[in-house]
Amino acid sequence: MSNPLATTFAGIPFKNPVTTASGTFGFGDEYANFYDLTELGGLCTKGLTLEPRLGNKGQRLYETPSGLINSIGLENPGIDHFVERIWPHLKTLPSVTIANVSGSDENSYLEALRRLNAIDVPLIELNISCPNVKAGGMAYGTSPDSAANLTAKAVAVSRHPIMVKLTPNVSDIVSIAKACEEAGAVGLSLINTIQAMAVDVHQKKIVFDNIYAGLSGPAVFPIALRMVHQVCKAVDIPVMGVGGIATWEDALAMMMVGATCIQVGVMNFIDPYRPIKIIEGLKNYCEEEGLKSIEEIRGILL
Amino acid sequence: MAIILSNEYVATDIYHMKVAYTGNVAPGQFFMVRTWLKEPLLSRPLSVFNYNEDVIEFLYQKVGEGTRLLKNAKAGERIELQGPYGQGFPITRSNYVAVGGGIGIAPLYFACKRIKDKYPRKHLTVYLGFSDQPYMVEAFEKIADDVHVDVGGRITDLVQVSKDDVVITCGPEIMMAALCRQIPEENTVYVSLEEHMACGVGACLGCSREGAQGKNVRICKDGPVFNREVIYR
Repeated sequence: MSNPLATTFAGIPFKNPVTTASGTFGFGDEYANFYDLTELGGLCTKGLTLEPRLGNKGQRLYETPSGLINSIGLENPGIDHFVERIWPHLKTLPSVTIANVSGSDENSYLEALRRLNAIDVPLIELNISCPNVKAGGMAYGTSPDSAANLTAKAVAVSRHPIMVKLTPNVSDIVSIAKACEEAGAVGLSLINTIQAMAVDVHQKKIVFDNIYAGLSGPAVFPIALRMVHQVCKAVDIPVMGVGGIATWEDALAMMMVGATCIQVGVMNFIDPYRPIKIIEGLKNYCEEEGLKSIEEIRGILL
Repeated sequence: MAIILSNEYVATDIYHMKVAYTGNVAPGQFFMVRTWLKEPLLSRPLSVFNYNEDVIEFLYQKVGEGTRLLKNAKAGERIELQGPYGQGFPITRSNYVAVGGGIGIAPLYFACKRIKDKYPRKHLTVYLGFSDQPYMVEAFEKIADDVHVDVGGRITDLVQVSKDDVVITCGPEIMMAALCRQIPEENTVYVSLEEHMACGVGACLGCSREGAQGKNVRICKDGPVFNREVIYR
Protein backbone atom coordinates (compact mmCIF):
# COMPACT_ATOMS: atom_id res chain seq x y z
CA MET A 1 0.00 0.00 0.00
CA SER A 2 1.21 3.49 -0.74
CA ASN A 3 2.09 5.83 2.09
CA PRO A 4 -1.09 7.70 3.05
CA LEU A 5 0.92 10.47 4.72
CA ALA A 6 2.93 11.41 1.64
CA THR A 7 2.23 14.95 0.56
CA THR A 8 3.72 17.77 -1.43
CA PHE A 9 4.30 21.31 -0.26
CA ALA A 10 4.87 23.82 -3.06
CA GLY A 11 5.85 20.96 -5.30
CA ILE A 12 8.34 19.53 -2.80
CA PRO A 13 7.61 15.93 -1.81
CA PHE A 14 7.32 15.24 1.92
CA LYS A 15 7.09 11.63 3.14
CA ASN A 16 4.71 12.89 5.81
CA PRO A 17 3.41 16.31 6.86
CA VAL A 18 5.20 16.36 10.22
CA THR A 19 8.20 18.66 10.57
CA THR A 20 10.00 20.18 13.53
CA ALA A 21 9.81 23.89 14.20
CA SER A 22 12.76 26.23 13.99
CA GLY A 23 14.51 26.86 17.27
CA THR A 24 13.17 23.75 18.93
CA PHE A 25 15.29 21.17 17.17
CA GLY A 26 18.76 22.68 16.76
CA PHE A 27 20.16 21.21 13.55
CA GLY A 28 18.80 17.80 14.41
CA ASP A 29 21.91 16.40 16.14
CA GLU A 30 20.45 16.49 19.62
CA TYR A 31 17.46 14.40 18.58
CA ALA A 32 19.32 11.98 16.34
CA ASN A 33 20.11 10.02 19.53
CA PHE A 34 16.42 9.33 20.05
CA TYR A 35 15.24 8.26 16.61
CA ASP A 36 16.14 8.13 12.97
CA LEU A 37 15.63 11.69 11.69
CA THR A 38 14.68 10.30 8.30
CA GLU A 39 11.33 9.37 9.90
CA LEU A 40 10.41 13.07 9.88
CA GLY A 41 8.71 14.77 6.99
CA GLY A 42 10.99 17.72 7.44
CA LEU A 43 13.18 19.67 9.82
CA CYS A 44 13.41 23.45 10.17
CA THR A 45 16.84 24.59 11.26
CA LYS A 46 17.55 26.95 14.09
CA GLY A 47 17.17 30.53 12.82
CA LEU A 48 20.26 31.38 10.78
CA THR A 49 21.74 34.84 10.43
CA LEU A 50 24.57 36.14 8.28
CA GLU A 51 26.88 36.56 11.27
CA PRO A 52 27.17 34.15 14.20
CA ARG A 53 25.13 35.33 17.19
CA LEU A 54 25.47 34.66 20.90
CA GLY A 55 21.80 35.39 21.55
CA ASN A 56 20.28 37.24 24.46
CA LYS A 57 21.72 37.70 27.92
CA GLY A 58 19.92 36.98 31.16
CA GLN A 59 17.16 34.50 31.78
CA ARG A 60 15.91 32.98 28.54
CA LEU A 61 13.02 30.78 29.61
CA TYR A 62 9.89 31.26 31.67
CA GLU A 63 7.22 28.62 32.09
CA THR A 64 3.55 29.60 32.04
CA PRO A 65 0.37 27.51 32.29
CA SER A 66 0.67 25.16 29.26
CA GLY A 67 3.21 27.49 27.75
CA LEU A 68 6.80 28.58 27.57
CA ILE A 69 8.08 32.10 27.04
CA ASN A 70 11.49 32.23 25.42
CA SER A 71 14.01 34.94 24.80
CA ILE A 72 16.79 33.06 23.04
CA GLY A 73 17.49 35.82 20.53
CA LEU A 74 18.57 33.79 17.48
CA GLU A 75 21.73 32.29 18.93
CA ASN A 76 23.28 30.51 15.94
CA PRO A 77 26.67 29.77 14.38
CA GLY A 78 26.09 31.95 11.31
CA ILE A 79 25.27 31.13 7.71
CA ASP A 80 28.81 30.23 6.59
CA HIS A 81 29.21 27.69 9.36
CA PHE A 82 25.87 26.22 8.37
CA VAL A 83 26.83 25.95 4.71
CA GLU A 84 30.28 24.51 5.34
CA ARG A 85 29.91 22.43 8.47
CA ILE A 86 26.28 21.53 9.06
CA TRP A 87 24.75 21.20 5.62
CA PRO A 88 27.01 18.35 4.42
CA HIS A 89 25.40 16.15 7.07
CA LEU A 90 21.85 17.48 6.82
CA LYS A 91 21.73 17.01 3.06
CA THR A 92 22.14 13.27 3.50
CA LEU A 93 18.75 13.07 5.26
CA PRO A 94 15.87 12.16 2.99
CA SER A 95 13.56 14.31 5.08
CA VAL A 96 13.25 17.88 3.84
CA THR A 97 15.64 20.32 5.47
CA ILE A 98 14.15 23.78 5.69
CA ALA A 99 16.68 26.54 6.33
CA ASN A 100 15.22 29.22 8.58
CA VAL A 101 16.79 32.58 7.74
CA SER A 102 16.67 35.78 9.72
CA GLY A 103 18.43 39.12 9.63
CA SER A 104 18.82 42.48 11.29
CA ASP A 105 18.31 44.52 8.11
CA GLU A 106 17.47 43.95 4.48
CA ASN A 107 21.08 43.51 3.45
CA SER A 108 21.82 40.88 6.04
CA TYR A 109 18.74 38.89 5.03
CA LEU A 110 19.63 39.06 1.37
CA GLU A 111 23.31 38.29 1.83
CA ALA A 112 22.44 35.25 3.94
CA LEU A 113 20.12 34.08 1.18
CA ARG A 114 22.83 34.61 -1.45
CA ARG A 115 25.21 32.42 0.52
CA LEU A 116 22.58 29.70 0.72
CA ASN A 117 22.54 29.69 -3.08
CA ALA A 118 25.76 27.68 -2.81
CA ILE A 119 23.89 24.66 -1.48
CA ASP A 120 20.82 22.72 -2.58
CA VAL A 121 18.56 23.43 0.36
CA PRO A 122 15.06 22.46 -0.81
CA LEU A 123 13.10 25.17 1.00
CA ILE A 124 13.81 28.36 2.89
CA GLU A 125 11.72 29.65 5.75
CA LEU A 126 12.09 33.42 5.78
CA ASN A 127 11.75 34.45 9.39
CA ILE A 128 10.15 37.89 9.49
CA SER A 129 8.57 37.15 12.82
CA CYS A 130 11.14 36.67 15.59
CA PRO A 131 10.06 38.83 18.54
CA ASN A 132 13.34 38.38 20.40
CA VAL A 133 15.81 40.54 18.51
CA LYS A 134 16.18 44.28 18.71
CA ALA A 135 16.62 44.91 14.99
CA GLY A 136 14.90 43.23 12.07
CA GLY A 137 13.07 40.08 12.99
CA MET A 138 9.43 40.82 13.61
CA ALA A 139 9.70 44.39 12.28
CA TYR A 140 9.44 43.12 8.70
CA GLY A 141 6.46 40.95 9.43
CA THR A 142 4.06 43.44 10.95
CA SER A 143 2.96 45.36 7.85
CA PRO A 144 1.88 44.03 4.44
CA ASP A 145 4.17 46.49 2.65
CA SER A 146 7.37 45.66 4.51
CA ALA A 147 6.60 41.92 4.39
CA ALA A 148 5.94 42.04 0.66
CA ASN A 149 8.99 44.19 0.00
CA LEU A 150 11.38 41.84 1.78
CA THR A 151 9.71 38.74 0.35
CA ALA A 152 9.97 40.06 -3.22
CA LYS A 153 13.65 40.86 -2.77
CA ALA A 154 14.29 37.48 -1.14
CA VAL A 155 12.58 35.70 -4.01
CA ALA A 156 14.67 37.68 -6.49
CA VAL A 157 17.96 36.95 -4.75
CA SER A 158 17.47 33.31 -3.80
CA ARG A 159 17.46 30.41 -6.21
CA HIS A 160 15.46 28.43 -3.64
CA PRO A 161 11.73 28.49 -2.95
CA ILE A 162 10.82 30.87 -0.14
CA MET A 163 8.25 30.13 2.55
CA VAL A 164 7.56 33.09 4.82
CA LYS A 165 7.05 32.57 8.56
CA LEU A 166 4.43 34.96 9.87
CA THR A 167 4.06 36.61 13.22
CA PRO A 168 0.76 36.54 15.09
CA ASN A 169 1.55 39.92 16.64
CA VAL A 170 -0.46 41.84 14.07
CA SER A 171 -4.02 43.08 13.76
CA ASP A 172 -4.63 41.48 10.36
CA ILE A 173 -2.53 38.43 9.54
CA VAL A 174 -4.53 37.76 6.37
CA SER A 175 -3.42 40.96 4.68
CA ILE A 176 0.21 40.10 5.41
CA ALA A 177 -0.24 36.54 4.18
CA LYS A 178 -1.74 37.79 0.92
CA ALA A 179 1.02 40.37 0.49
CA CYS A 180 3.66 37.63 0.83
CA GLU A 181 1.80 35.42 -1.63
CA GLU A 182 1.66 38.23 -4.18
CA ALA A 183 5.35 38.94 -3.63
CA GLY A 184 6.26 35.42 -4.69
CA ALA A 185 6.35 33.28 -1.55
CA VAL A 186 5.70 29.62 -2.43
CA GLY A 187 4.25 28.92 1.01
CA LEU A 188 3.64 30.31 4.48
CA SER A 189 4.30 29.02 7.96
CA LEU A 190 2.43 30.34 10.95
CA ILE A 191 2.51 31.25 13.73
CA ASN A 192 5.77 32.36 15.29
CA THR A 193 5.59 33.06 19.03
CA ILE A 194 3.16 35.48 20.60
CA GLN A 195 4.80 38.48 22.17
CA ALA A 196 4.60 38.12 25.93
CA MET A 197 6.15 39.21 29.19
CA ALA A 198 6.84 37.94 32.68
CA VAL A 199 7.44 39.71 35.99
CA ASP A 200 9.20 38.36 39.05
CA VAL A 201 7.07 40.03 41.71
CA HIS A 202 9.28 38.83 44.56
CA GLN A 203 12.33 40.55 43.11
CA LYS A 204 10.22 43.37 41.67
CA LYS A 205 11.78 42.97 38.26
CA ILE A 206 11.01 42.06 34.68
CA VAL A 207 12.18 38.52 33.95
CA PHE A 208 13.72 39.10 30.53
CA ASP A 209 16.54 41.54 29.76
CA ASN A 210 14.73 42.24 26.46
CA ILE A 211 11.52 42.96 28.43
CA TYR A 212 9.25 41.21 25.89
CA ALA A 213 9.70 37.66 24.72
CA GLY A 214 7.80 34.99 22.77
CA LEU A 215 5.12 32.65 24.10
CA SER A 216 4.65 29.21 22.58
CA GLY A 217 3.44 25.79 23.65
CA PRO A 218 -0.02 24.24 23.92
CA ALA A 219 -1.39 27.49 25.35
CA VAL A 220 -1.13 29.16 21.93
CA PHE A 221 -2.54 26.29 19.85
CA PRO A 222 -6.11 27.63 19.57
CA ILE A 223 -4.80 30.99 18.41
CA ALA A 224 -2.50 29.36 15.85
CA LEU A 225 -5.38 27.20 14.63
CA ARG A 226 -7.61 30.25 14.19
CA MET A 227 -4.94 32.11 12.22
CA VAL A 228 -4.15 29.10 10.00
CA HIS A 229 -7.87 28.86 9.25
CA GLN A 230 -8.08 32.56 8.38
CA VAL A 231 -5.00 32.46 6.18
CA CYS A 232 -5.91 29.22 4.41
CA LYS A 233 -9.26 30.72 3.47
CA ALA A 234 -7.50 33.65 1.87
CA VAL A 235 -4.44 32.31 0.03
CA ASP A 236 -3.77 29.65 -2.61
CA ILE A 237 -0.21 28.80 -1.55
CA PRO A 238 0.32 25.97 0.95
CA VAL A 239 0.57 26.63 4.68
CA MET A 240 2.54 24.94 7.45
CA GLY A 241 0.62 25.12 10.70
CA VAL A 242 2.72 25.70 13.79
CA GLY A 243 1.99 26.74 17.36
CA GLY A 244 1.49 24.48 20.32
CA ILE A 245 0.83 21.25 18.42
CA ALA A 246 1.05 18.52 21.03
CA THR A 247 -0.89 15.54 19.63
CA TRP A 248 -1.85 13.93 16.33
CA GLU A 249 -5.32 15.36 16.86
CA ASP A 250 -3.85 18.86 16.97
CA ALA A 251 -1.96 18.12 13.77
CA LEU A 252 -5.13 16.83 12.17
CA ALA A 253 -7.08 19.91 13.25
CA MET A 254 -4.46 22.10 11.56
CA MET A 255 -4.84 20.08 8.35
CA MET A 256 -8.62 20.14 8.52
CA VAL A 257 -8.48 23.95 8.53
CA GLY A 258 -6.17 23.91 5.55
CA ALA A 259 -2.57 23.31 6.61
CA THR A 260 -0.55 21.11 4.25
CA CYS A 261 2.21 20.38 6.76
CA ILE A 262 2.65 21.02 10.45
CA GLN A 263 5.60 21.87 12.68
CA VAL A 264 6.10 20.48 16.15
CA GLY A 265 7.81 22.96 18.47
CA VAL A 266 7.90 23.09 22.25
CA MET A 267 6.63 19.53 22.63
CA ASN A 268 10.01 18.28 21.40
CA PHE A 269 11.35 19.55 24.73
CA ILE A 270 8.84 17.65 26.81
CA ASP A 271 8.97 14.45 24.79
CA PRO A 272 11.69 13.97 22.18
CA TYR A 273 9.61 11.28 20.48
CA ARG A 274 6.52 13.46 20.06
CA PRO A 275 6.89 14.10 16.29
CA ILE A 276 7.19 10.35 15.73
CA LYS A 277 4.12 9.70 17.90
CA ILE A 278 2.20 12.29 15.86
CA ILE A 279 3.24 10.56 12.63
CA GLU A 280 2.08 7.22 14.05
CA GLY A 281 -1.20 8.75 15.19
CA LEU A 282 -1.87 10.22 11.76
CA LYS A 283 -1.02 6.91 10.10
CA ASN A 284 -3.47 5.05 12.35
CA TYR A 285 -6.11 7.67 11.70
CA CYS A 286 -5.78 7.21 7.93
CA GLU A 287 -6.12 3.45 8.36
CA GLU A 288 -9.14 3.68 10.62
CA GLU A 289 -10.87 6.24 8.43
CA GLY A 290 -9.99 4.35 5.28
CA LEU A 291 -8.15 7.32 3.79
CA LYS A 292 -5.84 6.61 0.87
CA SER A 293 -4.20 9.97 1.51
CA ILE A 294 -4.14 12.41 4.38
CA GLU A 295 -4.79 15.04 1.73
CA GLU A 296 -8.41 13.88 1.65
CA ILE A 297 -9.06 15.67 4.92
CA ARG A 298 -7.09 18.81 4.11
CA GLY A 299 -9.23 21.90 4.28
CA ILE A 300 -12.50 20.09 4.93
CA LEU A 301 -13.36 22.75 7.53
CA LEU A 302 -12.57 25.75 5.39
CA MET B 1 8.43 5.03 33.20
CA ALA B 2 10.13 4.12 36.44
CA ILE B 3 8.69 3.31 39.86
CA ILE B 4 9.32 5.41 42.95
CA LEU B 5 10.64 3.27 45.81
CA SER B 6 10.62 5.95 48.51
CA ASN B 7 10.34 9.71 48.81
CA GLU B 8 11.20 11.12 52.20
CA TYR B 9 11.46 14.43 53.99
CA VAL B 10 15.05 15.26 54.92
CA ALA B 11 14.99 18.87 56.11
CA THR B 12 12.92 21.98 55.44
CA ASP B 13 11.99 21.80 51.74
CA ILE B 14 14.58 19.06 51.12
CA TYR B 15 13.50 15.58 50.01
CA HIS B 16 15.23 12.32 49.15
CA MET B 17 13.71 10.10 46.46
CA LYS B 18 14.71 6.59 45.44
CA VAL B 19 13.64 5.21 42.08
CA ALA B 20 14.05 1.77 40.49
CA TYR B 21 16.35 2.34 37.53
CA THR B 22 19.05 0.46 35.66
CA GLY B 23 21.55 2.11 33.36
CA ASN B 24 24.90 3.79 33.10
CA VAL B 25 25.01 6.99 35.11
CA ALA B 26 28.02 9.19 35.76
CA PRO B 27 28.32 11.50 38.79
CA GLY B 28 27.30 15.03 37.84
CA GLN B 29 24.83 13.93 35.18
CA PHE B 30 21.14 14.73 35.51
CA PHE B 31 17.72 13.51 34.46
CA MET B 32 14.69 15.42 33.22
CA VAL B 33 11.96 14.12 35.52
CA ARG B 34 8.20 14.45 35.82
CA THR B 35 5.51 12.69 37.82
CA TRP B 36 2.70 14.61 36.14
CA LEU B 37 1.10 14.41 32.71
CA LYS B 38 0.60 17.95 31.42
CA GLU B 39 1.11 20.64 34.03
CA PRO B 40 3.61 22.06 34.58
CA LEU B 41 4.60 21.88 30.94
CA LEU B 42 8.30 21.23 31.37
CA SER B 43 10.08 18.37 33.09
CA ARG B 44 12.50 19.26 35.87
CA PRO B 45 16.25 18.73 35.73
CA LEU B 46 17.49 16.82 38.80
CA SER B 47 21.10 15.77 39.26
CA VAL B 48 21.84 12.33 40.56
CA PHE B 49 22.50 12.06 44.30
CA ASN B 50 23.44 8.39 44.19
CA TYR B 51 23.23 5.33 41.98
CA ASN B 52 23.74 1.83 43.20
CA GLU B 53 22.38 -1.61 42.37
CA ASP B 54 19.41 -0.61 40.22
CA VAL B 55 18.35 2.23 42.49
CA ILE B 56 18.82 5.85 41.54
CA GLU B 57 18.52 8.53 44.20
CA PHE B 58 17.67 12.22 43.97
CA LEU B 59 18.11 14.81 46.69
CA TYR B 60 16.05 17.84 45.75
CA GLN B 61 14.66 21.05 47.06
CA LYS B 62 11.04 22.08 46.78
CA VAL B 63 11.18 25.37 44.91
CA GLY B 64 8.13 25.66 42.69
CA GLU B 65 5.17 23.74 41.36
CA GLY B 66 7.16 20.92 39.74
CA THR B 67 9.16 20.06 42.84
CA ARG B 68 6.02 20.45 44.96
CA LEU B 69 4.39 17.70 42.89
CA LEU B 70 7.57 15.63 43.13
CA LYS B 71 7.65 15.77 46.90
CA ASN B 72 4.00 14.71 47.03
CA ALA B 73 4.69 11.59 44.95
CA LYS B 74 4.36 8.33 46.88
CA ALA B 75 6.29 5.08 46.83
CA GLY B 76 4.85 2.82 44.14
CA GLU B 77 3.87 5.68 41.87
CA ARG B 78 5.35 6.25 38.44
CA ILE B 79 7.97 8.79 37.48
CA GLU B 80 9.25 9.59 34.02
CA LEU B 81 13.03 9.80 33.81
CA GLN B 82 14.70 11.13 30.67
CA GLY B 83 18.44 10.84 30.70
CA PRO B 84 21.00 10.63 32.03
CA TYR B 85 22.05 13.84 30.31
CA GLY B 86 25.13 16.04 30.31
CA GLN B 87 28.80 15.79 31.18
CA GLY B 88 29.68 14.69 34.70
CA PHE B 89 32.68 15.13 37.01
CA PRO B 90 35.90 13.64 35.61
CA ILE B 91 37.24 11.19 38.18
CA THR B 92 40.97 10.62 38.12
CA ARG B 93 43.59 9.20 40.48
CA SER B 94 43.96 12.37 42.57
CA ASN B 95 43.21 13.76 45.95
CA TYR B 96 39.89 15.55 45.82
CA VAL B 97 38.30 18.49 47.60
CA ALA B 98 34.52 18.76 47.27
CA VAL B 99 32.77 22.03 48.12
CA GLY B 100 28.99 22.03 48.26
CA GLY B 101 26.50 24.74 49.11
CA GLY B 102 22.91 23.92 50.04
CA ILE B 103 21.16 21.57 47.63
CA GLY B 104 24.34 21.72 45.53
CA ILE B 105 25.67 18.93 47.73
CA ALA B 106 23.45 16.50 45.77
CA PRO B 107 25.70 15.66 42.79
CA LEU B 108 28.81 15.87 44.98
CA TYR B 109 27.75 12.91 47.09
CA PHE B 110 27.64 10.60 44.08
CA ALA B 111 30.97 11.98 42.86
CA CYS B 112 32.57 11.48 46.29
CA LYS B 113 31.32 7.93 46.43
CA ARG B 114 32.74 7.12 43.02
CA ILE B 115 36.06 8.73 43.91
CA LYS B 116 36.38 6.61 47.03
CA ASP B 117 35.13 3.45 45.30
CA LYS B 118 37.72 3.82 42.57
CA TYR B 119 40.63 5.24 44.55
CA PRO B 120 40.11 4.35 48.22
CA ARG B 121 43.62 5.42 49.22
CA LYS B 122 43.31 8.89 47.76
CA HIS B 123 42.35 11.64 50.17
CA LEU B 124 38.93 13.22 49.99
CA THR B 125 38.03 16.37 51.91
CA VAL B 126 34.46 17.64 51.87
CA TYR B 127 33.19 21.12 52.72
CA LEU B 128 29.44 21.53 53.12
CA GLY B 129 27.84 24.94 53.57
CA PHE B 130 24.25 25.49 54.62
CA SER B 131 22.38 28.73 55.18
CA ASP B 132 20.22 27.21 57.89
CA GLN B 133 19.72 23.55 58.66
CA PRO B 134 22.44 21.03 57.68
CA TYR B 135 21.46 17.74 56.05
CA MET B 136 23.08 14.57 54.71
CA VAL B 137 26.29 15.39 56.58
CA GLU B 138 26.51 11.86 58.06
CA ALA B 139 26.28 10.33 54.61
CA PHE B 140 29.37 12.30 53.58
CA GLU B 141 31.14 11.44 56.83
CA LYS B 142 30.81 7.76 55.99
CA ILE B 143 32.79 8.10 52.77
CA ALA B 144 35.08 11.13 53.06
CA ASP B 145 38.31 11.44 55.03
CA ASP B 146 37.39 14.86 56.41
CA VAL B 147 34.08 16.68 56.41
CA HIS B 148 33.83 20.36 57.36
CA VAL B 149 30.45 21.97 57.81
CA ASP B 150 29.45 25.60 58.01
CA VAL B 151 26.00 26.86 58.85
CA GLY B 152 25.06 30.48 58.17
CA GLY B 153 28.53 31.66 57.23
CA ARG B 154 30.71 31.36 54.17
CA ILE B 155 31.93 27.84 53.49
CA THR B 156 34.61 29.18 51.18
CA ASP B 157 36.35 30.75 54.18
CA LEU B 158 37.11 27.25 55.49
CA VAL B 159 38.35 25.74 52.24
CA GLN B 160 42.01 24.83 52.01
CA VAL B 161 43.56 23.05 49.08
CA SER B 162 46.96 21.49 48.51
CA LYS B 163 48.95 21.43 45.34
CA ASP B 164 47.55 18.79 42.94
CA ASP B 165 44.15 18.56 44.68
CA VAL B 166 41.29 18.40 42.22
CA VAL B 167 38.36 20.51 43.37
CA ILE B 168 34.73 19.76 42.55
CA THR B 169 31.98 22.16 43.51
CA CYS B 170 28.27 22.70 43.22
CA GLY B 171 26.14 25.32 44.91
CA PRO B 172 25.07 28.93 44.53
CA GLU B 173 27.02 30.53 41.73
CA ILE B 174 28.25 33.31 43.99
CA MET B 175 29.87 30.63 46.15
CA MET B 176 31.47 28.82 43.22
CA ALA B 177 32.76 32.04 41.67
CA ALA B 178 34.30 33.07 45.01
CA LEU B 179 35.85 29.63 45.39
CA CYS B 180 37.38 29.81 41.92
CA ARG B 181 38.92 33.19 42.75
CA GLN B 182 40.61 31.89 45.87
CA ILE B 183 41.90 28.56 44.57
CA PRO B 184 45.33 28.77 42.86
CA GLU B 185 45.33 28.57 39.09
CA GLU B 186 47.40 25.38 39.23
CA ASN B 187 44.52 23.42 40.76
CA THR B 188 41.95 21.89 38.50
CA VAL B 189 38.45 22.97 39.51
CA TYR B 190 35.22 21.51 38.14
CA VAL B 191 32.05 23.52 38.69
CA SER B 192 28.54 22.17 38.26
CA LEU B 193 26.12 24.86 37.02
CA GLU B 194 22.37 25.21 37.12
CA GLU B 195 19.97 27.09 34.83
CA HIS B 196 16.36 27.04 33.72
CA MET B 197 16.09 24.27 31.13
CA ALA B 198 13.41 23.21 28.69
CA CYS B 199 14.81 20.32 26.64
CA GLY B 200 17.82 19.10 28.62
CA VAL B 201 19.53 17.89 25.44
CA GLY B 202 21.06 21.05 23.95
CA ALA B 203 18.39 21.94 21.41
CA CYS B 204 16.45 24.86 22.87
CA LEU B 205 19.45 26.98 23.93
CA GLY B 206 17.47 28.14 26.95
CA CYS B 207 20.37 27.36 29.29
CA SER B 208 23.04 28.72 26.99
CA ARG B 209 25.38 31.35 28.45
CA GLU B 210 28.59 33.03 27.50
CA GLY B 211 31.68 31.19 28.64
CA ALA B 212 35.15 32.50 29.40
CA GLN B 213 36.39 32.28 25.81
CA GLY B 214 33.57 34.40 24.38
CA LYS B 215 31.83 31.32 23.07
CA ASN B 216 28.50 30.13 24.39
CA VAL B 217 28.15 26.94 26.37
CA ARG B 218 24.97 24.97 26.91
CA ILE B 219 24.72 24.01 30.55
CA CYS B 220 22.63 20.92 29.79
CA LYS B 221 24.75 19.46 27.01
CA ASP B 222 28.27 20.90 27.33
CA GLY B 223 27.89 20.78 31.13
CA PRO B 224 26.44 20.87 33.69
CA VAL B 225 29.99 20.17 34.90
CA PHE B 226 32.67 22.40 33.42
CA ASN B 227 36.33 22.98 33.99
CA ARG B 228 36.35 26.44 35.59
CA GLU B 229 38.54 27.74 32.75
CA VAL B 230 35.59 27.33 30.41
CA ILE B 231 33.31 29.47 32.59
CA TYR B 232 35.34 32.00 34.56
CA ARG B 233 38.05 34.26 33.22
